[in-house]
Amino acid sequence: MSYRWDWSVLVSEPYLGWLLAGLGWTLLVAGAAWVLALAVGVTVGVLRTLPNRAARTLGTAYVETFRNIPLLLQLFVWYFVLPELLPAPIGNWIKRELPLPEYWTAVIGLGLFTAARVAEQTRAGIQAIGRGQTLAAAASGLTLAQSYRYILLPIAARNVLPPLTSEFLNVVKNSSLALTIGLLELTGQSRQIESATFHGIEAFTAATLTYVVLTTAVILVLRAVERLVAIPGLMARA
Amino acid sequence: MTISALRKASPIAPASVERPATIEITRISKSYGALEVLNDCSMSIRKGEAVVVCGPSGSGKSTLLKCVNGLETFQSGSIVVDGVSVGDRNTDLTRLRSRIGMVFQHFELYPHLSVLENITLAQVKVLRRSKTEASEKGMTLLRRVGLGDKAGCHPAQLSGGQQQRVAIARALAMDPIAMLFDEPTSALDPEMIKDVLEVMTELARDGMTMMVVTHEMGFARHVADRVVFMDDGRILEDAPSSVFFAQPSTERARIFLSKILRQ
Amino acid sequence: MSDFDPDLLKAVAPFLWDGLLTSFGLLLLAMAGGGLLGSLLAVMRIAGPRPIAALAAGYVNGLRSVPLIMVIFWFYLLVPLVIGRAIGAFTSALVAFVIFEAAYYAEIIRAGIQSVPKQQLAAALASGLGPLQAYRFVILPQAVRKMLPILLSQSIALFQDTSLVYVVGLHDFMTAVSVTANREGHLVEFYLFAVAIYFTLCFAASQSVQLLNRQSVSP
Ligand SMILES: Nc1ncnc2c1ncn2[C@@H]1O[C@H](COP(=O)(O)OP(=O)(O)O)[C@@H](O)[C@H]1O
Ligand SMILES: [Mg+2]
Repeated sequence: MSYRWDWSVLVSEPYLGWLLAGLGWTLLVAGAAWVLALAVGVTVGVLRTLPNRAARTLGTAYVETFRNIPLLLQLFVWYFVLPELLPAPIGNWIKRELPLPEYWTAVIGLGLFTAARVAEQTRAGIQAIGRGQTLAAAASGLTLAQSYRYILLPIAARNVLPPLTSEFLNVVKNSSLALTIGLLELTGQSRQIESATFHGIEAFTAATLTYVVLTTAVILVLRAVERLVAIPGLMARA
Repeated sequence: MTISALRKASPIAPASVERPATIEITRISKSYGALEVLNDCSMSIRKGEAVVVCGPSGSGKSTLLKCVNGLETFQSGSIVVDGVSVGDRNTDLTRLRSRIGMVFQHFELYPHLSVLENITLAQVKVLRRSKTEASEKGMTLLRRVGLGDKAGCHPAQLSGGQQQRVAIARALAMDPIAMLFDEPTSALDPEMIKDVLEVMTELARDGMTMMVVTHEMGFARHVADRVVFMDDGRILEDAPSSVFFAQPSTERARIFLSKILRQ
Repeated sequence: MSDFDPDLLKAVAPFLWDGLLTSFGLLLLAMAGGGLLGSLLAVMRIAGPRPIAALAAGYVNGLRSVPLIMVIFWFYLLVPLVIGRAIGAFTSALVAFVIFEAAYYAEIIRAGIQSVPKQQLAAALASGLGPLQAYRFVILPQAVRKMLPILLSQSIALFQDTSLVYVVGLHDFMTAVSVTANREGHLVEFYLFAVAIYFTLCFAASQSVQLLNRQSVSP
């Protein structure tokens, strides 16, 4: 085994700059995709719990579609296929004029993929509440929309906080797939350094440790949030 | 003060005086697929009356109760509450429900809201009362059920009996024209049952129209004006409580009574 | 979108089929290896002495905080270094998947075992069963029923994840499709074809898991 170690590549230019840029893209992709995933996912999750059959079917169709196709393939479809299928003016605009096409493709692809998983957590969170609360809300004259707004969603939000934490971490990790469409986030940059310097172990170690630190930070912050919104007398978590 | 003493102290209008029916159930039937849950049930509750509905588990009591405020649908017959037909397509069910209070076996308080917020939510969102007005009303009712000091607590910090009294206060806050109770003491420890029954007794004495599904025969005997006995989706007896307890007219009611009174 | 000759699909079918077999080979071997290593890790965490349990916990939490692509890159780099000669992408990818999936399987198995109420163990021991017998006849049968559907769902996710070997150029189904699509200049048709295949396989599999789940809930 012949490997020449040189940890100094990590702090020498341009490689340090590459790693930092990579971290920046990871955060930007994950952050925007998460916002999209929450908005779409909560909506779809609520659809799946409504009394209206058509709404439920629509929600189910979304979830089944987005979770039964590999994320990598979904990214390729958004990036290579969609512009061809859209009407020519829009397709051409996406191909030629959309700024940062890799970035937006990654955000949309990752966001809509994650939304299906968020939807499942939301649905489970609402259904865990039990029929009694729904009946009590209806019995007091609240409309369906009001029961969701004031009773079901606030309780469900607390139920789903832990699983959503792990979904958020998944978004951070899955943002690495953006490298396949040419957006060099953290993983992509470490690979780039490997090709340029043959110091793969050092580069991968730096990226890996960054992910570990990022994950740990997210977990700590969300545990604090969980404690903050915990319902007194209930859900006393260790 | 015992329950019977409370009741006796209250002025009771003679049964012969005809008051308008607040709840009029006429020949309703309901089935889940092949399972017939309600079979041609009729009964009525006049303004200010307290009626106990009893019968074996699975006889359809809860279903009948939920039909009254439209939480369950029924296939035939009619239910009219204060002149409004529940089964009518054009009836504004949310509005009707806001005028009927309901108390559940498992309280169903909203766990994420404080006790006072539980009571003010529908007042503000449905009746459009101001927050101040709703809170004042809530505090008055909490004091009335003996929980004035628990306003800031969350439901999970209260005992079952306290939670059920909060649930009663929550229903009363809407100034209901009638109250529905579905086994309000069945999930409670014996020593807490008394507190809840006292509140209910006081309500009856004050002239609230009440439909109460319960196995508390003391309450049925001493507080209720009438007792309705159900079995197998049918109403088998509907009699003044003194008559029901003195001489139930069906064999099934006799068996039910002897079982439940032996406990 | 340009004219697409259906005969083209016939011509490239063997190449795509080989890719699909590679995907399945990777899936099955990674399930077997990941399942074994995962079970070992779960037992280490539940029953091992403190340092062993901590080691297993560190393994599981560490791997779960790193992207799979990163792990694939790591082993693509490390495996040849460690054994001292070049080796196919398949072996290094397989090692990466076994190491990675083991962390996820371990968590599912541990959660499944710990979801069985403690009183069950107490009851089994009280009836005179030894600890191993208690696990064998009382705890594990209940735990397996709970974790089986989750393990299977994880394996469907694993199947989708095998597409990531694209980043090291191993010709699985995804890579085969991509290579063909670019070579023939029919990106739209080939990627939509891949969508149809992956969706059909994964949807059928996940529906079966749901069916199994329902059956095990209501015996
Ligand atoms: N949603 C439902 N679907 C099918 N059957 C039901 C449903 N709800 C209640 N039932 C059945 O209707 C019957 C009456 O139930 P219920 O009104 O709850 O009885 P009770 O309150 O007198 O115990 C029971 O046999 C019960 O199993
Ligand atoms: Mg009932």
